[in-house]
Amino acid sequence: MDFNFTEEQTMIRDSLARLIKDQYDFDTRRKVVASKDGWRPEMWAQFAELGLLAAPFSEEDGGLGGGPIDAMVVMEEFGKGLVVEPFLQTVILAGGFLKAGTDAQKQDHLAALISGERVFAFAYAEPKGRYNLADLETTATKDGSGWKISGHKAVVIGAPWASHLIVTARTSGGRRDAKGVGVFIVAKDAKGVTTRDYPTVDGRRASEVYFDNVTVSAEAVIGDPSDSLGLVEKVTDEAIAALCAEACGAMKVANAQTVEYSKTRKQFGTPIGKFQVLQHRMADMFIEHEQSVSMTYMATLKLEEDEVTRKKAASAAKVRIGQGGRFVGQQSIQIHGGMGMTDELAIGHYFKRLTMIDSEFGNVDHHLKRYTELSAADVAVAAE
Amino acid sequence: MNLEFSPEEIAFRDEVRSFIRDNYPKELVGLGNREDLTREQFLAWHKILGKKGWSAPAWPKKYGGTGWTSTQRYIWSEENARVDAMMPLPFGVSMVGPVIYTFGNEEQKAKHLPGILSGDVWWAQGYSEPGAGSDLASLKTTAVRDGDHYILNGQKTWTTLAQHADWGFFLCRTDPSAKAQEGISFILVDMKTPGIEVRPIKLIDGTHEVNETWLTDVRVPVENLVGKENEGWTYAKFLLAHERSGIAGVARSKRGVERLRSIATQETLDGTPLIKTDEFARKISQLEIDLTALEFTELRTLASEAAGKGPGPESSILKIKGTEIQQRLTELTLEAVGNYGAPYARGMMHDGTNEVGVGPDYSNFSADSYFNMRKTSIYGGSNEIQRNIISKMILGL
Repeated sequence: MDFNFTEEQTMIRDSLARLIKDQYDFDTRRKVVASKDGWRPEMWAQFAELGLLAAPFSEEDGGLGGGPIDAMVVMEEFGKGLVVEPFLQTVILAGGFLKAGTDAQKQDHLAALISGERVFAFAYAEPKGRYNLADLETTATKDGSGWKISGHKAVVIGAPWASHLIVTARTSGGRRDAKGVGVFIVAKDAKGVTTRDYPTVDGRRASEVYFDNVTVSAEAVIGDPSDSLGLVEKVTDEAIAALCAEACGAMKVANAQTVEYSKTRKQFGTPIGKFQVLQHRMADMFIEHEQSVSMTYMATLKLEEDEVTRKKAASAAKVRIGQGGRFVGQQSIQIHGGMGMTDELAIGHYFKRLTMIDSEFGNVDHHLKRYTELSAADVAVAAE
Repeated sequence: MNLEFSPEEIAFRDEVRSFIRDNYPKELVGLGNREDLTREQFLAWHKILGKKGWSAPAWPKKYGGTGWTSTQRYIWSEENARVDAMMPLPFGVSMVGPVIYTFGNEEQKAKHLPGILSGDVWWAQGYSEPGAGSDLASLKTTAVRDGDHYILNGQKTWTTLAQHADWGFFLCRTDPSAKAQEGISFILVDMKTPGIEVRPIKLIDGTHEVNETWLTDVRVPVENLVGKENEGWTYAKFLLAHERSGIAGVARSKRGVERLRSIATQETLDGTPLIKTDEFARKISQLEIDLTALEFTELRTLASEAAGKGPGPESSILKIKGTEIQQRLTELTLEAVGNYGAPYARGMMHDGTNEVGVGPDYSNFSADSYFNMRKTSIYGGSNEIQRNIISKMILGL
């Protein structure tokens, strides 16, 4: 058992922290988020140059031979800086699917992903599907040797910046069946793809994506088109672990800013941080952050274990981080008082990001239910 | 970063597992969570471990510790929890022992450490007083120098299991003119010394777990002073940090969750096992998730201790969360047994009958355990004091 970071991981952390400090300060971020494009492709190029986009991939796949721990390190620093660029969507999600792809798919897409020239988004959610990854009305039907995709994907984060989409669609079976889920790579400029782009409340960009008889070749399929829900769950669990790391970074900064503010803000002639009621609140915020870090390590380290263990770990972490993030976010605003409500302070933006992380890939209720069902299944297996 | 056990660690786990299986006293099985055992029952496993050299794994090797890594210590507590083992009481091994080997002189180490390790000497903690609970530094018990002796006078309270104690460690005021935290000394006292009177306090669960300890002109040799006179507060705080690091009780709580699951499988609601109802199943899930967070927080703490840092203020997290979980566990267990939480098993024992079983076995003592566990967020520095420690020592408020 070992909780140390390698030298490479520490180097990634240090160089990324420096880059964010120098070029991703809060005022710069505000300008970028408000700009027409809402992100900086030149920042993405710097991420590629630093090796961040290559970090979690094996050397055979053209990466640096790291893994989920490296991704965790990157995501935590991104959380601290409220970075909007689509690392999760491109490297963790699309990268996660492509790792399971064919050699041809890796050659076509992975090299371009690692070099930074190709950016991806993950189109999985649907207007009525909520967090159920199998609840799909989007269909993919056989069309000669290829497929024809039709449907509406909801709140596809990063889609306005993406050149390619990873799309889940039903190839057979009923609307929520576990069987019959396929995964496809679709170029965003393919005929029949239309989008409605918009900003999100936490400073990112997303799209509603419509597929109208979009034809793709057989080479666009990742995995088994009739049975890929397992792959989708695996990759989204990896995304959940990464998202938890991002939340940890955001909580850490929110706590630090709140403690700092409480030392300088005076009321009744004394810094408000001297009031025990607020000291205990901030102690609880500290505990929530520490426990979130523990859960993020746990979930990340269990990503390669058996399916039930991995799923339970990811859901457990998402529950704790959802609860911790909500507490830290709300109390940060409360302790900042009226200033916490203003757009000009960073704290409100950490609050907003933490709030959105809870609902990404399933909120507290969803994962508490999933964890409970997996526990029951676990017990049933043990009893057999 | 990885969670795997090395082949050596797996061999170690097998070794301790078979040692426990072959040596844990059969008559103690099932008694691991009780507060009302005899002295012999409390010490039986401790004495076996003392002979084996495993009674104080966290101590430095040169004082009789095992030299185990943090992972081995984790394995050790997991394996003991599997059989609900009655572990060595904290007063000697986790509290006064580390103070003696860190701040005591050679004579004190030679005199006291062997008895702590072997389990032959029972220690009691003389910290709290009627007027000094969370505000421990306001303690009033005095130790006045008289030639080669200190004369102790005062009243200590909540002295856990002092009815069995051979020795006690007492915080006494040696300089009444100094500020509260200064002028306190850490003194070892033979409990058979004339002038010591131990009176039982009955608790809400019906047990005699704690006592009042009255000190009237108790003459203690000066050589029983640990460290320097008037610097006892430093040692007292050191002791509390050590006490906290073992307090999380993760392995034991894991056993408790298993037990709770088993109870909730047997209890039914409208014909459905409780564990299959959404409400109760999710309560268990939440508890288990919180316990996982605690477990990994403890593992991180152990890892950083292994890297050379002693238990720091972060151990306050373990105290707060560990005790909240222990309390929640007994709360849910009582909830699970329903009507059969009411029969008072100890009350029936007092009536002179051994027929304590009313309702299913697992329901016995469930309410008592819940009542008793309220102590955990009060002792060892209340959870509110722990939050003070975090806000002052870590957040700098």
